[in-house]
Amino acid sequence: MTVDTVGRFERALEGLEVGFERVPAADASERIEMIVEEPAVGAPLPFEGVTLPASVTTEPTSADLEAARTGVTPVGFAIAEYGTVAVESTADGAEPISLYPERHVAVVAESDVVPNLSAGFDRLANGFASGQDSVVFATGRSATADMGDLVHGVHGPGDVDVIVLEDR
Amino acid sequence: MAQRTRSQQADRIRHLLETEGKAIHATASDFDANRQRAYGATDDLEALRSKARSIKEDAIDRLPELIDTVKDAVEANGGTVYVADDAADANAYVADVVDAQTEEHDIAGDGDTPSVVKSKSMTTEEIDLNDALAAAGIEVTETDLGEWVLQVADDTPSHIVGPAMHLSRSEIAELFNERFDPDEPFETAEELTRFARDYLADHIQEADVGITGANFVVADSGTITLVTNEGNARKCAVTPDTHVAIAGVEKLIPTLADLEPFVDLIAKSATGQSIAQYVTMLSPPTDSPTLDFDDPEEPIPAGDEGKTDRDFHLVLLDNGRMDMREDDPLRETLYCIRCGACSNSCANFQSVGGHGFGGETYSGGIATGWEAGVHGQESAAEFNDLCTGCSRCVDACPVKIDIPWINTVVRDRINRSEEPAATDFLVDGLTPDMEEGGLDLGKRFFGNIGTVAKAASATAPVSNWLADADPVRGLLERTLGIDRRRDLPAFKRESLVDWFEKRGGEAASSRRASRAARDTSADLDREVVLYPDVYTNYVDTDRGKAAVRTLEALGIPVRVPDLPESGRAALSQGMVATADRQASRLYAALAEDLDAGRDIVVVEPSDLAAMHREYERLLPERSFERLRDGSYEICEYVYGLLENGADPSALSTGDGAEPVVYHSHCQQRTLDLEAPTVAVLERCGYALETTSAECCGMAGSFGYKREYYELSMDVGERLAEQIDGAATVVASGTSCGDQLEGLLERDVPHPIEVLAPGSRL
Repeated sequence: MTVDTVGRFERALEGLEVGFERVPAADASERIEMIVEEPAVGAPLPFEGVTLPASVTTEPTSADLEAARTGVTPVGFAIAEYGTVAVESTADGAEPISLYPERHVAVVAESDVVPNLSAGFDRLANGFASGQDSVVFATGRSATADMGDLVHGVHGPGDVDVIVLEDR
Repeated sequence: MAQRTRSQQADRIRHLLETEGKAIHATASDFDANRQRAYGATDDLEALRSKARSIKEDAIDRLPELIDTVKDAVEANGGTVYVADDAADANAYVADVVDAQTEEHDIAGDGDTPSVVKSKSMTTEEIDLNDALAAAGIEVTETDLGEWVLQVADDTPSHIVGPAMHLSRSEIAELFNERFDPDEPFETAEELTRFARDYLADHIQEADVGITGANFVVADSGTITLVTNEGNARKCAVTPDTHVAIAGVEKLIPTLADLEPFVDLIAKSATGQSIAQYVTMLSPPTDSPTLDFDDPEEPIPAGDEGKTDRDFHLVLLDNGRMDMREDDPLRETLYCIRCGACSNSCANFQSVGGHGFGGETYSGGIATGWEAGVHGQESAAEFNDLCTGCSRCVDACPVKIDIPWINTVVRDRINRSEEPAATDFLVDGLTPDMEEGGLDLGKRFFGNIGTVAKAASATAPVSNWLADADPVRGLLERTLGIDRRRDLPAFKRESLVDWFEKRGGEAASSRRASRAARDTSADLDREVVLYPDVYTNYVDTDRGKAAVRTLEALGIPVRVPDLPESGRAALSQGMVATADRQASRLYAALAEDLDAGRDIVVVEPSDLAAMHREYERLLPERSFERLRDGSYEICEYVYGLLENGADPSALSTGDGAEPVVYHSHCQQRTLDLEAPTVAVLERCGYALETTSAECCGMAGSFGYKREYYELSMDVGERLAEQIDGAATVVASGTSCGDQLEGLLERDVPHPIEVLAPGSRL
């Protein structure tokens, strides 16, 4: 992972009209709080020194999920080339939390941004080997042209933000 | 189903051109342009396509073993695999799963209808799953917006990827306003999409079972891969606690690593996106908690319980696929990843969509293989003629399937299954083919066009006058299906071969070439055999003469022997045995020239394409390679001469401002031979513009046929619009030239006629 890789990731996200923020771990909670629209739900962030702001409900009920406007989740890794984040199916509900609310805020460690799809598949293979064998490569915003014109936010989120945590 | 008559087929196509063509063209041509851009921006595209193909070849080869592997993997994960022999078997199994699930939840018998939400799956269309489940008292809701529109409209998919592509926004708005009677009528795509999202969200939350297809199934980990843009497949897969994935057995690939090239390719080939919004790789039952919206106060994370709650069934469908695997030409169909690129790149598809260019389930070029394999030849026979063999899909297909060849072979099988007609005698004398009786008379006529042309030339101009007489045109239309609105080719009394002999044959040509060579410093020690294809020899002899004069002016001696037909005409009618015999004869006639180091130069791109593509299947490998490596398209050859020192000033050159519009030829483009013609014309001082329209619509005999005349004109008009008003228009293909001359009402010569010394331009 190099600074170039993160730059490439940022440009790819720009092309997808996805928000990008690169923040030190210490400031992450504050920045997430600024981005989320409430009500917000989230899956716990496994990054050292980073916690979800209090306004984000963890262990949401299905009613919380249905009402939420924002879902905050960690992602296992990201692929710079295509602006892709890898949402892992976990028992804390990262997959539905990233999918149901109108806005998804994905949090990824800078060291987990890999340059291209091949490197992404290497990470995927490592995950599969250790039991993380259900993953969604999510790229940009949910979209459809089935109603005669391109519209974002169909079944999945119409707004996506990615927060890259600077290496400590 | 009985095949339609010519006039029924003409009516049906006219109807589709009027009602669905516009919407289909708008989206399909857009997808195709995006695909071309995405392919162009991918450095290792060819390597990726080759890799994807070899993975599929290997997977289909090892299919029985992969089925065992995936059973073990899914069962080890805690799911179930069911291999269904056919549609009824698969449908019954799914209905049983739904029933078992609803009984477990104790809703059967209390008046509630069991409910299922589905994401888009062509395989479930193939087995008519929705009808089968409805008959079993199960409510099914499609959640892909396009599929849902069709469900509301009680319509069928018109495209593998964009099932509702034939409906415009205003038509969908009208449908929804009528059906759902909103307070404020729907108007924009945004409003329609919001409404659909909310409506379908309720159904997804209440559903007992989620059904998805699968784009790929990784055998050794039991991972199903869903490629979508909307997100509905994710919701269907993880919201209800029971997930049924239905996939054809051909979707199996060995390992996770094998998935990578497909993930990289599928969105590029389908819509021109770098990657789809959601590539979901699930090895169910997954760790994600199930969502019970009936119990809103319970936190959703359920720890390990989430996993134990989940029930997963993978239904692998055979339905003819294992037989396709044993059938060489159809086997390639199983490599298809259903991206729709062959539909989008097809000019005929862009005009009529999948309701015209499609069978019971599948549509576009590859549909001939799918329909013949899963529904039977009769379904393929309904639309197979719409493939003209133009080969534009060949470069589009991400797994390099030779789609035109599948169409040719299935056409041959359809031809052979027809009953002999009482009128066969009408064409018997003219048709020295290898075909059995029963073949459509028009096909037999066009497939033997070389013999027809020879006879017509021998009796020209009387044959031309006769052919133009109204009673004769009526007879031709009734018996052979030749549309009377078409100008027929006028046959020349003196063929190109006769002309060449009369002016002194190869001895005179050598003298002319040496004289020209003396005037230039280039020492090009080459000899050419110019191939007199049927049209160049009997109809458009001018372009043949221009080719001879051009080569001689560049110092190259030429021979124009009387050579057998290439087999192109027979191939286009699905007459494979006839083409096979012609290929052997032509090769035999050229073998000595090839051994003597003479270059075979071809004017008509479709004949060259036969030698460079189809002959691979008709000749021994060494013969195929020798002919392929020793044969050239005329402008490609001239380009090579100029690159090697020949002097362009011997030709008719422009002043750099001379505007010329050039329309290449479908098969020429597939052979990557448009560029040399462009380069030669530019080098010779013409200000060149090229067309981007896929096709002229004529495609050899296609545009002459009564049932396809209007479709041919529809495709041709899109091309004509691009070049209307240009001072000079040139085209490489005979039929492209004929079509453009008809549409533009002026001469459209071959580029070589512009370049030849003493050209009229």
